Amino acid sequence: MMNLGMATITGDRLVHLAPVDLVIVVFYFVLVLAIGFYLKGRSNTGEDFFLAGREMTAWIAGLSFLSANLGALELMGWAAASYQYGILAAHWYWIGAIPAMLFLGLVMMPFYYISKTHSVPGYLKLRFGESSSVLSAVCFAFMTVLMSGINMYAMALVMKVVLGWDINFSIWVSSLTVAIYVTLGGLRSAIFNEVLQFILIWAGALVIPVMGLIEAGGWKALQLKVAQNASVEYTHLWSTLGSFKDNPMGIHWTGIVFGLGFVISFAYWTTDFLVVQRVLAAKDLRAAKMAPIIGAAFKMFVPFIVILPGLLGLAVLPVKLTGEAVAVATGGHSYNEVLPLMLARYCGPGLLGLGITALIAGFMSGMAGNVSAFSTVWTYDIYKALIKKKATDAHYVLMGRWSTILGVLISIGTAYLVMSFLSIMDYVQALFSFFVAPLFGTVILGMLWKRATAAGGFWGLLAGTVSSVGMWAWVKFDPTALRYVALSANAKDMAENMYRALWSWIICVVVTVVVSMATKPKPDSELVGLVYGATEIPSEAEVPLYHKPVFWAVVVTIVFIALNIIFW
Amino acid sequence: MRLMRSDGSISIWFFIGVSLLVNGVLIFGAGLYQLSHPPAVKVVLYDYHANVWWGGVLLIIGLLYCLRYNPKRA
Repeated sequence: MMNLGMATITGDRLVHLAPVDLVIVVFYFVLVLAIGFYLKGRSNTGEDFFLAGREMTAWIAGLSFLSANLGALELMGWAAASYQYGILAAHWYWIGAIPAMLFLGLVMMPFYYISKTHSVPGYLKLRFGESSSVLSAVCFAFMTVLMSGINMYAMALVMKVVLGWDINFSIWVSSLTVAIYVTLGGLRSAIFNEVLQFILIWAGALVIPVMGLIEAGGWKALQLKVAQNASVEYTHLWSTLGSFKDNPMGIHWTGIVFGLGFVISFAYWTTDFLVVQRVLAAKDLRAAKMAPIIGAAFKMFVPFIVILPGLLGLAVLPVKLTGEAVAVATGGHSYNEVLPLMLARYCGPGLLGLGITALIAGFMSGMAGNVSAFSTVWTYDIYKALIKKKATDAHYVLMGRWSTILGVLISIGTAYLVMSFLSIMDYVQALFSFFVAPLFGTVILGMLWKRATAAGGFWGLLAGTVSSVGMWAWVKFDPTALRYVALSANAKDMAENMYRALWSWIICVVVTVVVSMATKPKPDSELVGLVYGATEIPSEAEVPLYHKPVFWAVVVTIVFIALNIIFW
Repeated sequence: MRLMRSDGSISIWFFIGVSLLVNGVLIFGAGLYQLSHPPAVKVVLYDYHANVWWGGVLLIIGLLYCLRYNPKRA
């Protein structure tokens, strides 16, 4: 047994669960399955199964919107990143999320909601026609289940390292549980469980920063300890971003502001159907506009349970964490283990079980999001569009249930494939990033520019995606190309991703504009409900100020600006 | 903030209340047991008895939600 100031760290696993911890984990599985069975009778129509009956309140849709993104790997990965890179990791929660979420709520939701689309590819079909829709649907559907499989494998690996659980056991138990409750209750069941999982994540993870700050002696004392153990730059958000060389992430402020803050975050939060689907389930337009704003308000505080534990790890852990390769070679601990290590440091029996449940809940909410989004896109945007155009609503619901099971099985297959060929993980994650930034270019032009044509939308999307693949391959085969793609030979992986996204978005927009100007646009009458200037947005003049989405967006913006100044 | 009201179905907040209540009881109980039987290997800041107060907080919030969103009150 190692003594790191933690209760129970044994040789073959990070922590050992007591019986009460196991009871808490088992109770969680029983509860999510019970919710699935309870909701079984409420998913009989297509609108019920794929859009949760469009009856979610702003709070439910907003928390679910955030929870679908708050996976276990997200929690552990960003805690690891904050140990490795310091508070710079918080950019992915603040400038890398908040402006985009507010933009989705205030500007884009009216078009998604008024058009009554069931998905993002569905919106593209209404706006640009079937070619753009099918291109985006096929890319999204398969990338989503592949990503789900990769996450599944990574989570099973975490469970093996942290708890000593068999990888096969973790993969099958968690994925079958998700398959059962999503197949039974559709999107409503996924949303119900995501809200439950959101609460459990906070309940399980909040103890770490509270106890950690007590041990460290408060924020100022924490800053001093981090400066001693790492560097003073680790607790500054913006002041070190003037040069690629001045910060641990090797990034420049232009990459953070334009690459992350504009392209990547807007692309993810406004066009990735995995998260947008939750908001489409809102009961009315005002709820649909409020949901991302509520999500943004909570998102701002997620660094408290993700980034702060990483910094606390730098300050109080008696061992130095390293990269995965060094950890394996030396038998030490890697960055990725910082969150479980902090959990084991402060949490005795019961609390440890809740913390582990929070990790499992995070994984399952992400997977449920993936398979429910896959099921909708497969059924409506691929099967209905290309295979069986005219069938009964009941037939499509049945297809939705079967495609949920299919999505889970493909995910499991991917998990085993990754187990055999680890490099697949890098390729699939890169593939996913190729598609999202250009898609944002296509959607935003479609919503805000009446002149954009079907041909412009399709060729812009294709050119953006192909150029993204091209830049990635260029750097892969000739690393010196980094100085052109990422503007500096000193740029690291994250910086490269951001600049590649920025260029592919620009290429998509330029090609869309050029092709649109050379082709014939749709008449205004065909753009009603789809495009700014051709759509009447319901007035909110009679609504009290404190019920207006724009009021709460301003409040969130003020807090967002204050946080950036405080941690400058 | 409830998902469904008029048809007598169970609110999501009731499920959340049940989850917090059960977890709160288990964690609070484990904390009390540790007070009477202190472990040989202790977590850092053991003397703060985090599982007692955090379990208690979850228990109270869970109980309030269970009462507030009890389906029999709908």
